[in-house]
Amino acid sequence: MRGLRFALCLAVFPPVASAHAATPSDDLIRQGEYVARAADCAACHSVRGQAPFAGGVPFDLPMGRIYSPNITPDPDHGIGGDTEEQFSRAIREGVRKDGASMYPAMPFPSYARLTDADVHALFVYFRYGVKPVATTPPASTIVWPLSMRWPLTLWRGMFSPAPHQAAAKTTQRSFPDPVLARGAYLVEGAGHCGACHTPRALSLQEKALTAADGDLYLSGGGSVDGWHPPSLRQDNRTGLGRWSENDIVAFLRGARASEGSAFGGMADAVEHGTQYLTDDDLHAIARYLRSLPARKTPDPVWKYDAATETALRRGDVSARGARVYVDHCAACHRDDGRGYPSVFPPLAGNPVVMDEQPDSLITLLYKGAIVPASHNAPSAFVMPPYAHVLSEQQMADVLSFIRGAWGNDAAAVDVEAVRKRTPKGSGAGGAKMPLN
Amino acid sequence: MTTKNADAIVVGAGWAGSILAKELTEAGLKVVMLERGPDRATAVEGAYPDSIDELRGAIRHRLFQDLSRTTVTIRNKIGQTALPYRQLSAFLPGEGVGGAGLHWSGVHFRAAPDDLALRSSVIARYGQKFIPEGMNLQDYGVTYDELEPFFDKAEKVFGTSGEAYKVNGKVVGNGNVFAPSRSDDFPLPPLKDVYTANLFRKAAGEAGYHPYSLPAANASRQYTNPYGAQMGPCNFCGYCSGYDCYMYSKASPNVNILPVLRKDPNFTLITRAHVMRVDLDSTKTRATGVTYLDLDSNREVTITADLVVLGAFQFHNVHLMLLSGVGKPYDAQKNEGVVGRNFVYQTITTSRAWLPENTFTNQFIGTGGGGVAIDDFNSMNFDHGPHGFVGGSPVWVNQAGVKPIAASTIGGGKDAPRWGAGYKKALVDTYRHAMAIDAHGSNMAYRDVFLDLDPTWKNAYGQPLLRMTFDWQDNDIRMNRYVVSQIEPIMKALGATKYELGMLEPGKPFDTRIYQTTHLGGGAVMGDDPNTSAINRYLQSWDVPNVFVIGSNAFPQGMGYNPTGMVAALAYWSAHHIRTTYLKSPGPLVRV
Repeated sequence: MRGLRFALCLAVFPPVASAHAATPSDDLIRQGEYVARAADCAACHSVRGQAPFAGGVPFDLPMGRIYSPNITPDPDHGIGGDTEEQFSRAIREGVRKDGASMYPAMPFPSYARLTDADVHALFVYFRYGVKPVATTPPASTIVWPLSMRWPLTLWRGMFSPAPHQAAAKTTQRSFPDPVLARGAYLVEGAGHCGACHTPRALSLQEKALTAADGDLYLSGGGSVDGWHPPSLRQDNRTGLGRWSENDIVAFLRGARASEGSAFGGMADAVEHGTQYLTDDDLHAIARYLRSLPARKTPDPVWKYDAATETALRRGDVSARGARVYVDHCAACHRDDGRGYPSVFPPLAGNPVVMDEQPDSLITLLYKGAIVPASHNAPSAFVMPPYAHVLSEQQMADVLSFIRGAWGNDAAAVDVEAVRKRTPKGSGAGGAKMPLN
Repeated sequence: MTTKNADAIVVGAGWAGSILAKELTEAGLKVVMLERGPDRATAVEGAYPDSIDELRGAIRHRLFQDLSRTTVTIRNKIGQTALPYRQLSAFLPGEGVGGAGLHWSGVHFRAAPDDLALRSSVIARYGQKFIPEGMNLQDYGVTYDELEPFFDKAEKVFGTSGEAYKVNGKVVGNGNVFAPSRSDDFPLPPLKDVYTANLFRKAAGEAGYHPYSLPAANASRQYTNPYGAQMGPCNFCGYCSGYDCYMYSKASPNVNILPVLRKDPNFTLITRAHVMRVDLDSTKTRATGVTYLDLDSNREVTITADLVVLGAFQFHNVHLMLLSGVGKPYDAQKNEGVVGRNFVYQTITTSRAWLPENTFTNQFIGTGGGGVAIDDFNSMNFDHGPHGFVGGSPVWVNQAGVKPIAASTIGGGKDAPRWGAGYKKALVDTYRHAMAIDAHGSNMAYRDVFLDLDPTWKNAYGQPLLRMTFDWQDNDIRMNRYVVSQIEPIMKALGATKYELGMLEPGKPFDTRIYQTTHLGGGAVMGDDPNTSAINRYLQSWDVPNVFVIGSNAFPQGMGYNPTGMVAALAYWSAHHIRTTYLKSPGPLVRV
């Protein structure tokens, strides 16, 4: 009963009687824009520096490259000709207008949870609030027989919930309070956090779609473009176990918090999406994430160890990688590994540093990274790339150093691992350099 | 020629321009800011470790003005033929977004109250006859109390580190005992003393002087300013002056103002736009806008606007006024006119102490704005009566990080061998065991020191170059020699095994080949009298009231302190009066 009551609060906005009203209200368009941001549509459908939502963002899948479609209201190149029903099926069921199935790069298994009201607002926004763009993105490079869509339909049938089931899974669970219910809706639904932060099976489906599906949910995903999405569960060392609610809110609002800063794929998520969410919604997300128990048992607790700091202050750089660290990293991240939080993030106790997978660290060293500016925090900060400065051996050494220092106690990084994960391209992931 | 429109045009993307552009967009104006150089970003210019390359940075002048396009000509005296300043050496104007505010060191002073009314102070204490013949000693026409809120605002925007002495009349700390009361403390605590600064602090105290921490716009810890812009903390790497700070810890328009300004839809920044002139209407009393040369297309573009703000470097502002006919040019023979009058500089000489061989001074460490100073011989803080000169100097250890190439040019002292093993030993000993103490002092204005348009030389765009007529004068040489002589007790208290006192030498002319300081001033000074000032106390042109001229060009004489803090306060002061008075009723803010 209580679950049902909270379910009623879940629609962000009350449904509007007719979907065919002549001119939708500005409020409804703004509501749709808010949902689009919560759902981070821009991350996949907008190319930086080009018209929003015109598609063309490339996705490299094992069988070839696909490009995100134009979702502007242009009737020929975009989705201007779609009915609300077609739009809704695409969003929540992964079914195209022509009946074919979408690649699961589109997170419809998560969007399946979106309420009718939010889908309606979203539809109105993409019809009336977005500028039509008359361009078509490049064609997919997947060749027959892999280009056949019918296996996707099977996939969809096997792994994607029907919207009514999905809604039931998220909204009809019992939550101790409406804030948690709202947080679950945002994280499991619109925010589709699991698309990156939940591990996927060989057949590519997320192994869990909601907190109710077990503790694999948000326990850390597979690497995307060299960035390894960490666990968002309460694991003490490798998850959010030591992040306060306010830390998570600050991170999502401004890409920086006392425990760490956003980079890589998460920088885009903050830039396009979470920075625009209301304080109430950010707190709801944070409270919900903090309700996900640690997956690891036992869950060892990180405790600061001053031995590294003491050695470095004595001028002792005999530890593997210590010299590289002092010469290239300590200026910002300090001998004590604590950094200058919100400007230069700490390495001591940082879950990214202690992650079993060092992929993100390797990519960071190679390409550098940008903590993006947002309207809440107008300064961007850039970590420079080190690919032209450090050898692969030095990278392995310094990463082993930071993973072992200050109580981090994570496994050393082998030079082979660095070699294997050498990312393509250079320079902060090819992103536009901020001007401050 | 193409034409665009704006409510206000700001020339120059340094501190003055960025502050005015920020304030005017806050007031709802559509602002276009024009910058001759390229855009500049920490992510590029400051990319570590390439950014801390002395050869690329300070030696090859990465962030400085390209003199092959336009420069100044220089001569010492009337009657000489001036020659172009072809190699950056004595002073280093910046170019590109951030201007000199990107490559500066970071020393961030407020002005001394007496310096703002120096003529009145000198006459009150010593009588009118104390002022030497030919010295144009003047008051600013604005008081410390009037500027105090704007000094305070600038410090908060810059994230200035320092230790206050008096806040709201109450002694609160070990700051400069000569400094006036403040309405608030510094936004950040003082930077830590480097070793030599600490030695100086102790020795100066033993000598009976009053040491204090230099106020520095190099952040002592991470900081968020009132605009929301963030700074990192200074790590004393020593790459401040001449470099873009890779730690985001040295205040610059790029780090402290522009991240917010660039997001404002009312703000447009146009780079590679070389402003040719301020356009005036037929009455010559109203500006209609400016014309600039687009350096990429080589086309002239005119922008019309109701308000024009010149916020370029000191001498570029004066040059533009002369090229445009804003204000009456100064004529030294007739002692008439105001634009180009009271061109001033600063005196600076370096003294050096050698410490025992077991004392390592670690001169590679440093921060541009940090250090320890004494003000016992600055401004009106001592009795000038027996000495018969006007002005003074702070004295300080401002160890800004001595880099290898710079160290090799310092060498091993005056009596060291010039070559061979002896040279090498002296060089290494000096780098390891010496420390530098500067006297960074005032320079008064004189009738025969001025700026005008050069009759011979033109820039790449066919316009006459600005000509400097400048030489050191007896008053300032004697001031410098007196103040430097007072360093001797500090040398003794330091236990120096050897020391050299660096002084201006009488009869030795201004030498453009040696770096002294980029603190040029005057030429379009502020004041209460249109016969002796080009702009009024709100930095508004007396002759063309919709032109405001912001910068150290407004200083009637060169003060002992570094100019940036004063420039920033004047920028906020002027902007405040534009916003609260001028925009409501455009016209002269001061009636004669």
